[in-house]
Amino acid sequence: MANYNLTTPLTEEVVRKLRVRDVVTLQGTIFGIRDLTQIYIFDRGNEPPVSLQGAACIHTAPSLKKVGDRWEKICVGTTTSGRMDRFTPLLMEKYGVRAIIGKGGQYQASLDAMKKFGGCYLAIVGGAAAVETKQIVEVEKVYFEELHPEALYQFRVKDFGPLTVAMDSHGNNLYTEVKKAAEGKLPEIYKRLGI
Amino acid sequence: MKKASERETNPTAKEIFKTILANVELADKESMLICQDTGLPIYLVKVGTKFQVDCAKIAAALKEGAKRATVEHPFRSSSTHPITRVNPQTSVGEGLPILYWDFIEGSDVLDILMIPKGSGSENMSAMKMFTPADGVKALKKFVVDTVLQSGSNPCPPGVIGVGIGGTADLVSKLAKEAIARPVGSHNHDPYFAKMEDELLEAINSLGIGPMGLGGAVTTLAVHIEWAYTHITQNPIAINTQCWPARRARAKIYPDGKVEHGY
Ligand code: SF4
Repeated sequence: MANYNLTTPLTEEVVRKLRVRDVVTLQGTIFGIRDLTQIYIFDRGNEPPVSLQGAACIHTAPSLKKVGDRWEKICVGTTTSGRMDRFTPLLMEKYGVRAIIGKGGQYQASLDAMKKFGGCYLAIVGGAAAVETKQIVEVEKVYFEELHPEALYQFRVKDFGPLTVAMDSHGNNLYTEVKKAAEGKLPEIYKRLGI
Repeated sequence: MKKASERETNPTAKEIFKTILANVELADKESMLICQDTGLPIYLVKVGTKFQVDCAKIAAALKEGAKRATVEHPFRSSSTHPITRVNPQTSVGEGLPILYWDFIEGSDVLDILMIPKGSGSENMSAMKMFTPADGVKALKKFVVDTVLQSGSNPCPPGVIGVGIGGTADLVSKLAKEAIARPVGSHNHDPYFAKMEDELLEAINSLGIGPMGLGGAVTTLAVHIEWAYTHITQNPIAINTQCWPARRARAKIYPDGKVEHGY
C-alpha cells in the first residue's frame, strides 16, 4: 500500500505503477463528468472542447452558482460510477483519459480498457462532499454549459483525496476481490444463522 | 462512527474512516452540506391525541418547508417527474414530500422527524413476499444476501433497516422506521433484538467494509421493526441507510416550545 502525490496530467508510466489499495492524492486539474456529459459526447457526437489527454475525470453533478461570468462552488460530491461504465473505455481510448474518480467502482469492460491503455479507477469516500468541496480550489471553466449540472467541468484542486486505487492497469479490481472474499465466507455465516 | 472506526484494522478502511470523520467535522464547523445528495424529503409525524392541531395545515407547512430548504437554502432538488424526468427544482412535486402519520394516545406533543434520503442507499432497498413455509431462515438469508449484493453502492457503513410482517406497503414503511431509530438501539421485543445482533454479526463478517473496499465494519447497526401479518404471508423489506444517516427532529409542545433533536 504505497502513497502517491500526483500532479495532472497523468502519464502512462505513473499510472502503470499504481496497484489496488495504493493511496493517491491529486494536484492540478480534474474534470467533472456525468451521464449526460458522456451521452452528449459519445452518443450525440459532440467533441470535448478541451484536451483530456492524461486527465482525471470525476463522476459528479456539482451544485454551482454563476456570478457574472464566473462559476462558484456550492457543493461538489461524487455519484455512483456503475451507471457510466460503457463510457470509460471510450474516454480512455479516444481521449487519453487516465483516471476515473468515483464511488462504487466499474465493471469488466472498464477494467480491460485500463489494462490496455494504462488507466485506473480511484475510489473517493462517497458522501464526503464537504471535504471534496473544500479541496476544489476553483471552478476554472464549464464547457457545454447548457447541460449544467451535467456539463463538463474543469476544477483546480489542491491535495485532492485521499483516493484509493480500486481498479488498476494490471487487471485488479478491489471491489470484486472484496465481494468474492465475502461470498467465500457465506457458507460459514449461513451455518451460524441456522440457514 | 468513532467507536466503529476504532474497531477497524484494515488500512484502507481506516483511511476511509478518517475522511468520514474529517468530513463530519468540516461540515459542522463551516455549515457545509455533509453530502451533496440531499435526497427526497420524508417526514415521520407523530401527533399526540392531546395536541390540538389541524393535520392538513401541518402537511401543507411541511411541503412548503421542504421547498424553502431547496429554494432559499442549499438543498439540492432531487425530485423529478418519473416519465418526463423534469426536475421542478423544489425537492417536492406530485406525491412528495412523503408523510407518515401516527397518533400517540394521551401525548400532548407533536413530534416531527425529517429524513432527507439520498438515492445511493435508497436504490439498494429490497422487498420480498415470502411464504410461511419459507420460515425465518429465508428472512435472515434475504438480509445477508441483499447487503452482499449492495456492496459499495449504499456508501457503507450505515444502518440496515429491516421490516418484517404486515403487507407489501406496511413492511416497507417498517423498514423505513427502522433506519430512523437511534443508531444501535434495539427492538423492544427480545426475540427481534436478538435477531438484530445476530444479523449485525453476520453482515460484519462479510468483510465488505467502509465504501465496499474491505474491512471489519460493513454496517453500524441492524434495526428491525415488525408487525403482524396475514396467515399466508411473510413479507420482508430492507431499507438501506448510508453513513451520514441524516435526520432532524422537532418536538413541539402545547405552549409553543420547540425542542430540536436527532
Ligand atoms: S448514498 Fe448517501 S452518502 Fe452516499 S452519496 Fe448518496 S446520499 Fe450521499
